[in-house]
Amino acid sequence: MTRIGVVVFPGSNCEYDAAAAVSQLGATAEFVWHSATDLSDFDGIILPGGFAHGDYLRPGALARFSPVMEVVARFAEQGGAVLGICNGFQVLTEAGLLPGALQKNRGLTFLCQPTTLIVESTKSVLTRLATRGQELRIPINHFSGAYTCDDATYAALEANDQIVLRYKENPNGSRGDIAGVANMAGNVVGLMPHPERAMSTLLGSADGRVLLESFLSVPVSAG
Amino acid sequence: MIYPVIVEVTLREGIADPEGATIERALPALGFTGVTNVRAGKSFRFDVDAQDEASALAQATAMAERLLSNPVIENATARSGASR
Repeated sequence: MTRIGVVVFPGSNCEYDAAAAVSQLGATAEFVWHSATDLSDFDGIILPGGFAHGDYLRPGALARFSPVMEVVARFAEQGGAVLGICNGFQVLTEAGLLPGALQKNRGLTFLCQPTTLIVESTKSVLTRLATRGQELRIPINHFSGAYTCDDATYAALEANDQIVLRYKENPNGSRGDIAGVANMAGNVVGLMPHPERAMSTLLGSADGRVLLESFLSVPVSAG
Repeated sequence: MIYPVIVEVTLREGIADPEGATIERALPALGFTGVTNVRAGKSFRFDVDAQDEASALAQATAMAERLLSNPVIENATARSGASR
């Protein structure tokens, strides 16, 4: 994939980091305002971190009704690669494109720290170049990052290999230490940690590269 | 007619409620020692222009399911907000 659309909602604030990371890896990133209704120029879509629509009501609750989400859903349905980072993950769960929900952190504190992630599945567009069991040092930066779902959903996630990343040490009370999940087909992925902030050893870690390289290595879908 | 409505949103049974738990832990320090099962939630008050109260409540329930709550983790109930 060479053309990535980075969706910008009012209140997004990680779109520049996401675009910079994509460009650093040789692809082009273009911002897509949340009122857009055409994604035909793009091979892949990133929903970046931030506080879309102020996170009013619940994180992602209002963003899921932004016009762009209808075309993101169609893009995903046709097999297009969609990645939600942090707030983008929250938007994808609210939109029903990913199972479960993100709740306030256990301890009710905003967490901004490095975490160690374990790659649980390589079946997703985010981990196809990674190795199962690989440990990645990637920072988190969130207040509502505790992944929650009912027992039936959790069992289905495990059975279908949809749990993409787990925390080595659970920072926020996430069910099953989950840091990221995929949809059944593996083309839609959401994660709370920020791979776009782990692109250079000079700045702490370059472990985000394998994730974003995976995303960019996805063949362009026919859809 | 205009019908005032109250929608209450709470976390579903079995979903961890860190806010409720924190409030419950704080209450004994204020001398309220007999309080258990604290659940934190949200309430919304608004007016609906509808044919009758049942239709106003039905609309409020639909709003609660689509927007005001996340059914994956929350329950919502709509009731009349008229003071009697």
